[in-house]
Amino acid sequence: MEGRPSLVRVVLAGHVDHGKSTLVGRLLHATDSLPDGKLENVAKVSSRRGRVFEWAFVTDALQAERDQGVTIDASHIRLRAAGGDIVLVDAPGHREFIRNMMTGAATSDAAVLVIDALEGAQEQSYRHCFLLDFLGIRELVIVINKMDLVDFDRARFDQIAAGLQAYLDGLDIVATAIVPVSARDGDNVAGLSERTPWYRGPSVLDALRGFRAPAEPLDLPMRLPIQAVYKFDDRRILAGTVLSGRLAVGDSLLFSPSNKIATVKSIEAWNEAAPPREAVAGEPVGITLDLPLFLERGEVASHVETPPVETRVFRARLFWLGAKQLRVAQDFTLYYLSSRLPVTVQTIERVCDPGASDGLSMAAGKHDSVTQDSIVDVVIRARDLIALDAYDANAPTGRFVLVDQDRVVAGGLISMKGLVDQRPAVTPKSDHLHQVTAHISPAMRAARNGHTGAVIWLTGLSGAGKSTIALEVERRLFERGYQVYVLDGDNVRTTLNADLGFSPEDRTENVRRLGAAASLFAEAGFVAIVAAISPYEADRARARGAARAPFHEIWVKADVAVCEQRDPKGLYKLARAGEIKNFTGVAAPYEAPPAADLVIDTTDQRIEQSVAALLDYVTAVAAT
Amino acid sequence: MDRLDALEAKSIAIFREAYSELDRVAMLWSLGKDSNAMVWLAKKAFFGYVPFPVAHVDTGLEFPEVYAFRTRYAAEWGLDLIVAPCPPIEAMDPTLPPAARSASRKTAGLKQLIEARGFTGIVAGIRRDEEGTRAKERVFSPRGADARWNFRDQPPEFWDQYLILSAPGSHTRVHPLLHWTELDVWRYIQREGIPFNALYLARDGKRYRSLGESDITFPVASTAATLEAIIAELEVTRVPERAGRAMDHETEDAFERLRVDGYM
Repeated sequence: MEGRPSLVRVVLAGHVDHGKSTLVGRLLHATDSLPDGKLENVAKVSSRRGRVFEWAFVTDALQAERDQGVTIDASHIRLRAAGGDIVLVDAPGHREFIRNMMTGAATSDAAVLVIDALEGAQEQSYRHCFLLDFLGIRELVIVINKMDLVDFDRARFDQIAAGLQAYLDGLDIVATAIVPVSARDGDNVAGLSERTPWYRGPSVLDALRGFRAPAEPLDLPMRLPIQAVYKFDDRRILAGTVLSGRLAVGDSLLFSPSNKIATVKSIEAWNEAAPPREAVAGEPVGITLDLPLFLERGEVASHVETPPVETRVFRARLFWLGAKQLRVAQDFTLYYLSSRLPVTVQTIERVCDPGASDGLSMAAGKHDSVTQDSIVDVVIRARDLIALDAYDANAPTGRFVLVDQDRVVAGGLISMKGLVDQRPAVTPKSDHLHQVTAHISPAMRAARNGHTGAVIWLTGLSGAGKSTIALEVERRLFERGYQVYVLDGDNVRTTLNADLGFSPEDRTENVRRLGAAASLFAEAGFVAIVAAISPYEADRARARGAARAPFHEIWVKADVAVCEQRDPKGLYKLARAGEIKNFTGVAAPYEAPPAADLVIDTTDQRIEQSVAALLDYVTAVAAT
Repeated sequence: MDRLDALEAKSIAIFREAYSELDRVAMLWSLGKDSNAMVWLAKKAFFGYVPFPVAHVDTGLEFPEVYAFRTRYAAEWGLDLIVAPCPPIEAMDPTLPPAARSASRKTAGLKQLIEARGFTGIVAGIRRDEEGTRAKERVFSPRGADARWNFRDQPPEFWDQYLILSAPGSHTRVHPLLHWTELDVWRYIQREGIPFNALYLARDGKRYRSLGESDITFPVASTAATLEAIIAELEVTRVPERAGRAMDHETEDAFERLRVDGYM
C-alpha cells in the first residue's frame, strides 16, 4: 500500500436548503458509488413520507432527520473516483447544529461550499466559510447551485463569486474553483454542461480530484505532548503523538513547563522488526530517556533550542459555541494538547458576527458579554505557567478548546501579540551543566544551627511595611542565635540587579535573581528574608518553584490609599507627578497573592504586632 | 506516512486518551475482523500489552468457529477475557422485529456487564462507513445512566480534543475505529498479518462479510477465498457490508432503535 494516494475527506458546507444533500446524491450517482439497493431503499422511504425521491435520505439516516427533512449530524459517504476515493462529509446547514458541522469539518482535508444562485450567500454561508478557515482547512471549492433557476446567467454567477471572494480575502482559506452548477439536473457536476458555454471548468468532480490531503508539518519545531507515562514492564515509556517536526534517538529534549532536560534513549514500538531511530509529525511514539525524570501527562517535549513560549497570559481568537453568554472573569477548563488547566477570561477585546457579509470587521471596544456563534478576541489568564505556541508559529499546537463544566463552549487560536515569553527567566542557557552533590546535607546544617533554612518572601506595595518588618524580624532572630539575612529589593537593585529597570521583563528578571540568591542563602542554612514588591504572581510562583528550600509567601497587605498616605520614601508623590514611570499601584499592576502562606495586614496594625506575627510564623516553620 | 499509518496513528492516540482519562475501561471483543484489528491496535498503543479487560458479550449463538478463535487468541494475545452472558430473548422488548429483538440481547448483556463491573469506558469497534446512524457517532460518545445514545445533543469534537465526562452511573463509548472503512481494515489485517476467522473466506460460492449471531447472520455471494481476493472484491463490490445482518433490514428504524437503546 506504500505510495497509495491518501484518501481525501471533503466536507460539504453551506446554508440550509442550498442543495448540499442533492449535490452529494448527484455525485454518488454520477460516480456509481451507491451500494446495491440504496436507490430502491431511498425511493421506498421517500414515498412512505409522501415525497417523490429525496436524495437527502441517502445521508440523512436518522428518523428525526427524515421526518423533519433536516440534517442533524454529519454523515460520511465514500465517493469512488478515478485516482483515489474521496469521502464526502455531508454537514448540517442549520445554525442549531453548528457544533455538528464543526465536528464533520474538523476531520476533513478540504471543503465544498454550496450557495443557492437565487438566494445568494446567506448567514450560514459566511459563517461556515469562517469556520472552515478557523478549523485549519485551506482549500475550498465553491459551488453556485440552482443555476437553472437563474437561467444560467453569467452576471448573477459573477456577482455571487465576487462577493464571496471579497469575504475570503480576509482569510487564509483559498477557493481553488468556483463552479456554476445545477445539482438537480447534473450540470457541471461530473462533466461540463452545454448550458454554461461561458464556463471553462473544472466540473465539481474534477475540482474534488484536485484536492490533496495536507502534508504533515515536518519542518516546524518538534512538539511531542506527553499523553501518558507507562510502566507495563521495566521500561518507563513516555507516550504521545509527534504533532510537528522530527524526533530522533539521541536528541536532547526539553520538557515544559517543568523545564527538565533529558536525552532520548530509545523509541519504543511493538511488533516492528527493528526499533525506530526516528519519528516525524503525525506519528504516535513512545520514548525512554537517559534520566529517571518525574514527568507527567500534560508536559510538552521540544528540542532545547526551539522551545514553546512559557506564559500565564495569552491572547486568543475564540469561536464561541456556548448557548450561554461568554462573560468577563468567567472560569473555564482549558483543553490544550494533553493538559487540562483552570483559566479565566480576563478581557474581551473585540467581537464580531462571522455570519454577516462584512463580519470580519472586528468591532473593538468594551464588551462584557458575547452571544453564541460569535468570533471573540480575548485575553486568557491561567493560574500556572503554560508552555504553548502561537497559532501563527505552529498551527497544530497553537489551538485549544474551552470547556465549561460539561460543555465544549469554544475553540481558540493562540496569539502572543504584545505579551512576554517568560521562558528566558526560567531556563538555563547552557545545557552542558553538571550539577555537583554536596557532602553537607540540609539536615546536618539544621542540626548545627538549631533551625532549618527557609525563604521568607515578603510581597506587597511600596510603603506597606515590608522592609521595616523584615529588618526588625532579622534583628530579633539574630539575637536568638538564628542564621538570618535580609535581601531587600532596593538594596539588591544597587548591586546584583543594578542592570535592571522597571519594565515587565526587568521586573521578572529582578525577582528571578532575588529568588535565586535567597534560595542559595536558605540552602546554606539561613532564614533568608526577601522584602520586594514582586508584583507578578507568576514571578513569585516561579521563585517558589525554583527555591531549593522551604518557601513561604507572606503578603504584607495595605492598599494603595494607605501606602500613598504613608509614602515613607516620597515615591508616590513622584509617581503621581509622572517623574517615576511604571510605579506599582499607580501606573503598573500589583497582583495580590490568592493563597499567601501568611497575610500581615498593616492597615490598622502597629508595627510591633506585625513583627510579632512574622516572628511566631518563622520560628514555627523553621523549627527542627 | 501512508494512509494506513495515518489511520493507525489516530486509533493509537484515541486508545491512549481513553486509558488516561477513564477510570475503568473494557474493550468489546466480538471476535470479528474489526475487533481483532482493534486488539492489535491496543497492543501497539500500549507497547505489547492490553492493559484492560477484553469482554465478549456472548449470546451463546455464535458460530462454533468463533468460539474456537476466542479460546486460541485470548491465550495467544495474553488477554484478560471476560465472557459476559446475555439475558434470554423472552426478556427483550416484544415490539422489536424478531432479528432486532434477538440482537437486543447483546445490549442487555452489555448493560449488565457495565453495571456489575462498574466500567466507565467501553471500547467498541464500530465504523462510520458501516451504517447510517454509526456515521453520526462521536469518537468519545457519552451515554446516560440507561446507556442511551442522545444523538440530538452530541458534544463537538475537533482538533483531537475530546470531552470525556464521568457522571455516576454513566459511561463513555470509545470508538477507535470510527474513521476506518471496511477496506482499510482488511488492508491493515493484510499488512500486519493479523489473524482472522476463516468464516470470512468464501466456501461454496458464499462468505460472511460481517459476523454476528448465527441465527440472524447470513453469508453473501462471493468467490473470495483468500485475503487478497477479499480486498480485490471490496474494491469493486456494490453489496453493502451489512447486507447479511438481518436486524438492519427488518424495518426502516429497527437499527436506530437498537442503537439509541445502547447497542454498539
